[in-house]
Amino acid sequence: MFHKYYRPKHLAEALAVLSEYEGRARVMAGGTDLIVQLNKGDISFEAAVDITNIKELRYIIEEDGIKIGALTTHTDLAQSSLLRQKAPSLADAAGEVGSLQIRNVGTVGGNIVNAQPAADAAIPLMALDAVATIVSASGARQVALEMLYHPGGGTILDPCSEILTEITFRPPSDMGGGSAFGRLSKRKALSLPVFNAAVVLLPAADDKNIMDARIVMGPVARIPFRAREAENLLRGNAFNEDLFHDAADTASREAKPRDSLFRGSSAYRKKLAQVIVYRSLIKAWKDMGC
Amino acid sequence: MMKDLAFTINGNAVMVRIDPHTLLLDVLRETLDLTGTKRGCGEGECGACTVVVDGEAVNSCIYPAWKVEGCNVLTVEGLGSREEVHPLQESFLEKGAVQCGFCTPGMLMSAYALLQKTREPDEKVIKKALAGNLCRCTGYKKIIEAVKDAAGKQNKL
Ligand SMILES: Cc1cc2nc3c(=O)[nH]c(=O)nc-3n(C[C@H](O)[C@H](O)[C@H](O)COP(=O)(O)OP(=O)(O)OC[C@H]3O[C@@H](n4cnc5c(N)ncnc54)[C@H](O)[C@@H]3O)c2cc1C
Ligand code: FES
Ligand code: FES
Repeated sequence: MFHKYYRPKHLAEALAVLSEYEGRARVMAGGTDLIVQLNKGDISFEAAVDITNIKELRYIIEEDGIKIGALTTHTDLAQSSLLRQKAPSLADAAGEVGSLQIRNVGTVGGNIVNAQPAADAAIPLMALDAVATIVSASGARQVALEMLYHPGGGTILDPCSEILTEITFRPPSDMGGGSAFGRLSKRKALSLPVFNAAVVLLPAADDKNIMDARIVMGPVARIPFRAREAENLLRGNAFNEDLFHDAADTASREAKPRDSLFRGSSAYRKKLAQVIVYRSLIKAWKDMGC
Repeated sequence: MMKDLAFTINGNAVMVRIDPHTLLLDVLRETLDLTGTKRGCGEGECGACTVVVDGEAVNSCIYPAWKVEGCNVLTVEGLGSREEVHPLQESFLEKGAVQCGFCTPGMLMSAYALLQKTREPDEKVIKKALAGNLCRCTGYKKIIEAVKDAAGKQNKL
């Protein structure tokens, strides 16, 4: 529960309110996570600082890479023709979130800061090697998405004093590469992922070999998890299906999903990891042609 | 501290005195007595509370009321009435898309938002737009048929 509601129109105002409350006010974007957590009594704070009136934080533009404002909704991401063309993994992932009502309100910033290990937008963004801009009363800093997470869960961002304003990445297509996202859930809508994965493949100058690969999976650890051994296996080798099979096997071995009554046994989800990572690699390879 | 929130509901400007943490569903049902919008799960999972805010379908049960300051909110009461049934409601009745009726206001609002944006949605698009609305009675088939039927008479919507 909170006793004050602020709707600043500008970033500076929002930061001033946060400073004034010295940790007792909290940033709220769409509220799709926050309100549910408040209703359950999981969290409480004195004042809500609703940042959705800061209109300049909602955009998807191409300018020295792709830049996405933190208040961009999942609907915006899913419908962006720029993302469809240059980073389909992110557009596809956003289109899978909850339901249309949730996608219309939930934001990319909230998805990252809420730090669920299988957050559907954060998973592809981490594979895209995205960088987050974080602003506080004392200035701005840029942090690679990967470094934003605590290994034990959660992020290093303090939503009571800091605001995530922008996410940027260089689209794989600019380097001749491709991206893909794969997901399995119990139902097609309103169902959190049993497993999800995002992949980025970048070709070497000869176009035959893999220069770089990034594979991110969830929920198989406390935070979105990078399959580094599988990535290493891919790097420097020629694109081919057998190699993708080996990489998917390796990713599956690296994944440490827990047994879960909701999401299925660890053994089942390791098998899923193998299948979904393989399919995503194939899809990303095909995306390179576009 | 209670404060005055001004917005437009079903075409009428209103001002309501509410708490900072009040949710839109409570303003509609408790303050404005617009009980057409239903509370199912209260956590964004069922769509019974769906209303349209500035053209977008949202779950009012997890939507802070202050977010609608200055916005246009449409609920099922604004769609049609017993005397003046909206063409979309007519399709729901004609196609047998209503059984117990609890999901119907939410379904109608999701369908309405869709038809405002998409003139001729195919079945896939309709299903995707209504996926956030659960129905425990109809099995969805009739609902989808009703939305298709309504799309066919777009000029009247
Ligand atoms: C029914 C339902 C289904 C859902 N399904 C999915 C799903 O399939 N996949 C999925 O990934 N998620 C899902 N979610 C979770 C949620 O909708 C998303 O994570 C969404 O992107 C959160 O964004 P928001 O703007 O609503 O965040 P909020 O709830 O406003 O905020 C979430 C957290 O981030 C902080 N925060 C928000 N924005 C900022 C910012 N810019 N700077 C600093 N801190 C910030 C808040 O303080 C809070 O801690 C679902 C939620 C519901 C209720
Ligand atoms: S009551 Fe709002 S989604 Fe169920
Ligand atoms: S008609 Fe009963 S829940 Fe849909």
